[in-house]
Amino acid sequence: MTALTERIALASPRTMLRKGPSKGLDSLFRTASFASAMVVLLVLAGILGSIIYGALPAFREFGFGFLTSSAWNIGTEQYGALVAVAGTVASAVLALAIGVPISLGIAVYLTQLCPGWARKPVGMTIELLAAVPSIIYGMWGLFIFAPLFARFVQIPVSNLVEGLPLVGTLFYARVPSGVGVLTAGIILAIMIVPFVASVARDMLDQIPTVLRESAYGIGCTTWEVVRHVLVPQASVSIIGAIMLGLGRALGETMAVTFVVGNANRLSASIFDPSSTIASRIANEFNEADGLQLSSLMALGCILFVITFIVLIIARFLTRRVKVA
Amino acid sequence: MDATAPLPALRTGAAIGGRVRSGRRVADRVLRTGCLLATLLGALVLGSILLMLIVEGLKGFTPLLFTEPTPGPGSVGGGIANAILGSLVMTLIGIVIATPIGVMAGTFLAEYGRTSKVAGVIRFLNDILLSAPSILIGLFVYTLMVRPMGTYSGWAGAVALAIIATPVIVRTTEDMMRLVPGTLREAGAALGAPASTVIVSVTWRAASAGIVTGIILALARIAGETAPLLFTALNNNSWFNANLMGGVANLPVMIYQFALSPYPNWQQLAWAGALLITMTILALSVVARIVIKPQRAR
Repeated sequence: MTALTERIALASPRTMLRKGPSKGLDSLFRTASFASAMVVLLVLAGILGSIIYGALPAFREFGFGFLTSSAWNIGTEQYGALVAVAGTVASAVLALAIGVPISLGIAVYLTQLCPGWARKPVGMTIELLAAVPSIIYGMWGLFIFAPLFARFVQIPVSNLVEGLPLVGTLFYARVPSGVGVLTAGIILAIMIVPFVASVARDMLDQIPTVLRESAYGIGCTTWEVVRHVLVPQASVSIIGAIMLGLGRALGETMAVTFVVGNANRLSASIFDPSSTIASRIANEFNEADGLQLSSLMALGCILFVITFIVLIIARFLTRRVKVA
Repeated sequence: MDATAPLPALRTGAAIGGRVRSGRRVADRVLRTGCLLATLLGALVLGSILLMLIVEGLKGFTPLLFTEPTPGPGSVGGGIANAILGSLVMTLIGIVIATPIGVMAGTFLAEYGRTSKVAGVIRFLNDILLSAPSILIGLFVYTLMVRPMGTYSGWAGAVALAIIATPVIVRTTEDMMRLVPGTLREAGAALGAPASTVIVSVTWRAASAGIVTGIILALARIAGETAPLLFTALNNNSWFNANLMGGVANLPVMIYQFALSPYPNWQQLAWAGALLITMTILALSVVARIVIKPQRAR
């Protein structure tokens, strides 16, 4: 009897004690989540590593001359990046020049001017523009926009400026087909507008209402509120948003491939066809091998460096506001 | 100070519009009109794109699209069934790969890493990966999978799509889990639940609508991606092959190749495919926004 009670007394604390949560499963979960996070890091490193690896033969062959040469000759195996880099930068800069004012206009409209009931549908419309796949923009650009652009802009403008110095070269289309650097810039502008506009809208929304109201209270017009209150408050993050748009414009592939004209020509006119880094890779990669493949990889490497510098700057500028 | 004195002056001034300097008013008008025009322009472009797709796409919209594989150039009939099926399979595999990695990585950033240096670096790199040019991801997967395997494959396409989808899911998962109040976690921990249990049955459950939204947004993003598929899955004009080796037909690359081809029947199929894919993606985006609503209201 005593033995039995003793045994019960001994056993009971053991059963009373709740079974502790299994340490193994908990740490497994933690490790799995950490490993998943590291995948992001590995992928980024892998992208950089694989492109550099693929580009090595071209860099070894051409050295720094690769950056300054405008040759792209498959027959003689002479490759250079200048035309593609120039096309990429020119189309992206044109896209910013056209797209940024429109995006900021939309952001100001959505945050300051739009009547309350229209905010949601209008904002949704702009956000849906961002969801349209880039290949659809390419088709729209090539089949709808380019013919109109050739007829109503390229031909009249070319006729107007022909023979004039400077503008005569900058805005003269030898073959007014509607495709070219400017067309690519316009399509890119349409594509970056929803991104820049929605980031800029978020930034403007975060400015304390009381600042805006005090400005209106002392009799400012909407323009003055925007110019003297909103812009100074949000300028850094708006520049960040613009850089984010620039990053997208630089790397955009399919839409540009449709409308840039894909010519390896260094032309002073923004109406002339050209190439961008991404469009050239998209066009030639599947049929390329040897040095051409490696040169395309080298172009990819240059694109990687340019976009990543832009994106890093953009993320630093927008970081503080974005996290909140 | 005389309160009544400026009143008549104000009245007459207001009557002729002289109280506000005209320059100020003009600047204000210009801004208002400019902003309205910019917004209208955006709506106009979206409308124009949709109109183009509907007009051109509906011309060739027959039931055959969903039952027949892509035809040869210049021939009659044929559909895009193989491309639809290939796109579905690759997008789904992509999402199935990306979802666990993305959700777990987002969980790490929101729950374990939080303000640590590692988490900061990963968050930053994830944001960069989010807007990295998709063609570079195509080059990476080409080097990683297509070249060693010696053939284009649906698997490579799916991996490329997964790489694009992951950062989207990581970002939304983290953002949504951060919205869950800390008191809920503390309550779970006070009951003696270990961190993993708290995350799975408290935080995930509370943030589930937001996490699902992220996955739908990622789905919408990769469904229309073309550039990374060019060098990985390429295309294939025959019936869908279940082992996913060799080129696999998919809608975006099919649209790209057919739209730029000189054959009218191919161009027609490209338009039909474009209509199909755009409507699917826009529907997904709208659904994602509807799902996220209750989450915001909470």
